[in-house]
Amino acid sequence: MTTSSGTAKVTLPTDTQILITREFDAPRQLVYEAWTTPELVRRWWSGERGEMTVAEIDLRVGGRWRYAMIANEGFEVAFHGEFREIVPNERIVSTEAYEGIPDADEHASLNTLTLTEVDGRTTLTVLVEHPTKQGRDMHIESGMEGGMQEAMDRLERVAVSLA
Amino acid sequence: MARAATTTDAFNAVAEPRRRQILDLLAGGERSVNELVEALGLAQPQVSKHLRVLREVGAVEVRVDGRQRLYRLNGPALKPIFDWVSEYERTWTERFERLDDVLEELKRRDEGDGHDDE
Repeated sequence: MTTSSGTAKVTLPTDTQILITREFDAPRQLVYEAWTTPELVRRWWSGERGEMTVAEIDLRVGGRWRYAMIANEGFEVAFHGEFREIVPNERIVSTEAYEGIPDADEHASLNTLTLTEVDGRTTLTVLVEHPTKQGRDMHIESGMEGGMQEAMDRLERVAVSLA
Repeated sequence: MARAATTTDAFNAVAEPRRRQILDLLAGGERSVNELVEALGLAQPQVSKHLRVLREVGAVEVRVDGRQRLYRLNGPALKPIFDWVSEYERTWTERFERLDDVLEELKRRDEGDGHDDE
């Protein structure tokens, strides 16, 4: 809580890309560890949205990963993909398919995680690249229509009740 | 909330880096085409082309003032994009706040060899 480094920054560099940036008060090998160790991923990936039920990571080129969670509203959300490139503590390139849409693998994005460390602090970026603009739009629309709003409203209520 | 088709159009218009630059400039207030040309360092036909796309999705509005055409932002048209980006940002912000906690533990683990603070 005291080490929170602010909000994630999201930009849309091109028609087919989404870029997420955030700085962490930790060396990059720890960020890498938290990003690639299933027991640790289970603790952060679902945010405040629900409980993670699956975190499988076969961390090698050609290996697959799969995450699933039960959202607070009761529905399941799942993603999977394949690792394409791995540079320990620095860079991971993997595909990501959202299982909630038809032909999920066809519309998979290519995600590049990069970790850069300066003075013990790590800048993390995730570049999400969709093969087509339609793919990018589906990503956006699935977020807008797949219960995200409900989840956010619920979160707001919870936050207000805790205040 | 706008319908998906509208959202998509506005997204497509706004995702282009030069057009986002134009929107940034217009966020500071109304600008003439010439002012935009100067600020962007682009040829006027290019700027006009971008402005046309932005106008088509309603992201900017234009009015004629004497010999000048003045462009300004149309906030409501940009709202679907704003909404999506802020929701997406919140998802990642939540994740990263939890990740912060995990990292604190890993740091303590690495620093705490021999004098674990339990």
